[in-house]
Amino acid sequence: MKRSVFFIGLVLISLAARATTIPVGARETIKHIKEAIQRAEAGDTLLIRSGIYREGNIILEKQLVILGENFPVLDGENQYEIFTIHAQGVVIQGLTFKDTGIASISDLAAIKILESKKVRILGNRFENTFFGIYLANSSNIWIENNQLQSQAESEHQIGNGIHLWKCDHITINNNRIRGHRDGIYFEFVTNSLITNNYSEGNMRYGLHFMFSHNDEYRNNAFTNNGAGVAVMYTKGVTMVNNTFQHNWGSSSYGLLLKDIRDSFVTDNTFIENSVGIFMEGSSRNEIKSNSFYQNGYALKLQASCDDNVITRNNFQQNTFDLVTNGSLVLNKIDGNYWDRYEGYDLNRDQVGDVPYRPISMYGTIVERMPQAILLWRSFLVFLLDRAERAIPVLTPENLMDQVPAMQPYDFY
Amino acid sequence: MNRIIKYVFYDILRTRFILFYTVFLLICTFAFFQLDNDFGKVVLSLMNVVLMAVPLVSVVFTTIHFFNSYEFIELMLAQPINRRSIFLSEYLAVASSLCLAYVVGIGFPFLLYGAWQPIYTLLITGVFLTLVFVSLAFFSSVLTRDKAKAIGIALLFWFYFSLIYDGILLWVVYTFSDYPLEKLTLALIAFNPVDLARIIMLLQLDISALMGYTGAFYKNFFGSNLGLIFSISLLMLWVLWPLLFAMRIFSRKDL
Amino acid sequence: MISIDQISKNFGALPALDQISLALNAGKSYALIGPNGSGKTTLIKGILGLVIPTSGHIYFDGKSINRDWKYREKIGYMPQIGRYPENMRIGQLIDMMKNIRQDKPKIDEDLIDAFKLYKIYDKRIHALSGGTRQKVSASLAFMFHAPVLILDEPTAGLDPVSVELLKEKIIHEKRMGKLLIITSHILSDLDEIATEMVYMFEGKIQYNNSIEALKSETNETKLNKAIATLIRQRELLASITD
Repeated sequence: MKRSVFFIGLVLISLAARATTIPVGARETIKHIKEAIQRAEAGDTLLIRSGIYREGNIILEKQLVILGENFPVLDGENQYEIFTIHAQGVVIQGLTFKDTGIASISDLAAIKILESKKVRILGNRFENTFFGIYLANSSNIWIENNQLQSQAESEHQIGNGIHLWKCDHITINNNRIRGHRDGIYFEFVTNSLITNNYSEGNMRYGLHFMFSHNDEYRNNAFTNNGAGVAVMYTKGVTMVNNTFQHNWGSSSYGLLLKDIRDSFVTDNTFIENSVGIFMEGSSRNEIKSNSFYQNGYALKLQASCDDNVITRNNFQQNTFDLVTNGSLVLNKIDGNYWDRYEGYDLNRDQVGDVPYRPISMYGTIVERMPQAILLWRSFLVFLLDRAERAIPVLTPENLMDQVPAMQPYDFY
Repeated sequence: MNRIIKYVFYDILRTRFILFYTVFLLICTFAFFQLDNDFGKVVLSLMNVVLMAVPLVSVVFTTIHFFNSYEFIELMLAQPINRRSIFLSEYLAVASSLCLAYVVGIGFPFLLYGAWQPIYTLLITGVFLTLVFVSLAFFSSVLTRDKAKAIGIALLFWFYFSLIYDGILLWVVYTFSDYPLEKLTLALIAFNPVDLARIIMLLQLDISALMGYTGAFYKNFFGSNLGLIFSISLLMLWVLWPLLFAMRIFSRKDL
Repeated sequence: MISIDQISKNFGALPALDQISLALNAGKSYALIGPNGSGKTTLIKGILGLVIPTSGHIYFDGKSINRDWKYREKIGYMPQIGRYPENMRIGQLIDMMKNIRQDKPKIDEDLIDAFKLYKIYDKRIHALSGGTRQKVSASLAFMFHAPVLILDEPTAGLDPVSVELLKEKIIHEKRMGKLLIITSHILSDLDEIATEMVYMFEGKIQYNNSIEALKSETNETKLNKAIATLIRQRELLASITD
């Protein structure tokens, strides 16, 4: 729906205008982009020939289409912000942006979009930029097929890949982001869609998400980020079919849910994360049909969470399936598949006849003393866990899955 | 020496214990394959068997064998044969038959199921554990003339390395949990062959277990080539020192 | 051929051998006698390298036997109690010994024939009587033409016919100029075999001389009488010095 409205809008705009194409390049009459922008009128297209352009900060306040031919390079010379856009209906396509300036006070970006609408950033390349694409106070923006890559060395010397602040109706589709501070950053962004992106090897979060209600992210992959994905202080988020993989480190998790309400986490895959999902202060969420595979802790459920439903998930080959820090049981954990379950199913209804306690005593010990992980899979630990399961002392007695599944769910 | 090994082999094979052991491992492995189609999980379940059963079987079998071959050893000692050759023949025959049983018992089902890749580590560490505990059992056997006492000492080795040592380690971690313990625990691990084998296997087979910073530290250490060489050489040391001590005692022992 | 130089052996606090020096020469046969626990078997095991002396040295052909093993190919040993792998058959045992001593192509099978052991080649060791075990031990000791024969209680448990067969063999070997060391409680057996006598008591050598000399010293013609007289003389001497 959003997409078609956008297109009709664009068509109307282009029809209304007297669309001229202005070539820019070393062999053309107009050699500089700045000059072309100055000469162009709203609705014109600038065709940038391949080459290197060093023009400092380019301010764009006209409705223009800027098209690159064979990825011309816009060089920020480690000094400047490259594009600053404050206009409607701008299209930026097929350009290479490299080496923006680095400044900790003003957030220098390859493309900064301020108070704009209906802008499309398509198929560009970003190399070694401080911020890649920076949006503030904008709406109806479309960011698609871009590649962003930086070599972050420390969090302070690098900005975010795609940074959004106070935006609405944004689509971010099929981008690849690596080596930034946060791959994608959302703060006060509503009614937006994040799909098919690949966010890898960022210093902090693959996706950093705050105060952003009613958004949806689907089919993304978040791999090898410093601290995984953080979703905080938000209600009504839908997280579907994403892959959270190999987010590894002492304070790292696949997905952090902090103060999240009325949201859905479904059909996601969590592989090889230190913690699959870390939940804190969250309520009324549904965590369903996810795969937790080979994580340290599949699920850390803090006692500050309530009324969450955790059901029909697969827990396989995790070091620990579940750990919590309280003794109250305020969440519903039912009908999951736990590969450690040793019960039986006499009536053959695919549901185990005895409840399963997913919390292991050793998991609780390791939570307090991380070094104790060294004894994992030793005979001692085996004995301790057996004893605890027979007579719970350290772990909450009532926390159990009453109807554990006998077979893993088939999600594919 | 080859001739003596041949006779020790012959003697070992006749007791059929090795055959039972092989069959036991085969049944275990096949049973795990029946229970689970996930090769990774089969390997992990087997890892527990390897860590527990392999050392236990190795110490018990070796001590019993040693005392059952006392007559043979006495007979050989009166012959023009070096004591070291006799001892090494015994060691090599016992160790190689146990290792063979292990490799066949664990390896064959994997070969059958076409999952050769994940069990290299399992096979290598298992073989090392066998060698270490055969050494320790020989060591306890030459310490005393009393069979029951020797089995007792050997079992104590097993119990100590499988359980007591880890209890002490957990106590250390618990007591000093406010201090940075990585290097200390690393050093402590080196003093227990079972822990060493377990860590090597964990890093290859169950990497998810070692999460977090602590895990990353151990992974960086043991996971690197240097760490692997280090841990393999430590295991070698664990094979060699009881063996050399035992040989030294044996070559001066009165019979 | 074998010279023993001041060897002592303690088992724990208990001295089993106390400063023993002895020369054993080729062509002679020694009777090693003494009461139970006097250290005879320990001495023999010391020569064989089965027991390592606490102090002192043993030389075989002038070379110290400490950490040497090759000299044992020149010794045929018949233990007091023959202990063999219990599950083996006699035939297998004999084959094994031949196999292990492949360096000796000439095998002396006189005793195997004399004792008719080939008839019971299929019997397992654990099914053997004490006497048959002795026969096996004796056969193995003589099998490799060793120039030194050490026989620990060779006739114990044997039937009279076998005793005679064994004695014949021993005398035959003695005539071939071999060095014989024999312990026995049956002194009449030794009379025909031994030329020298070593009498041990409480880990010490009390008497070491030829049997001829012993008999003339004690004015006895029989070896057992001669030894009895010797022991009485010694006891008398001991009570006087006390």
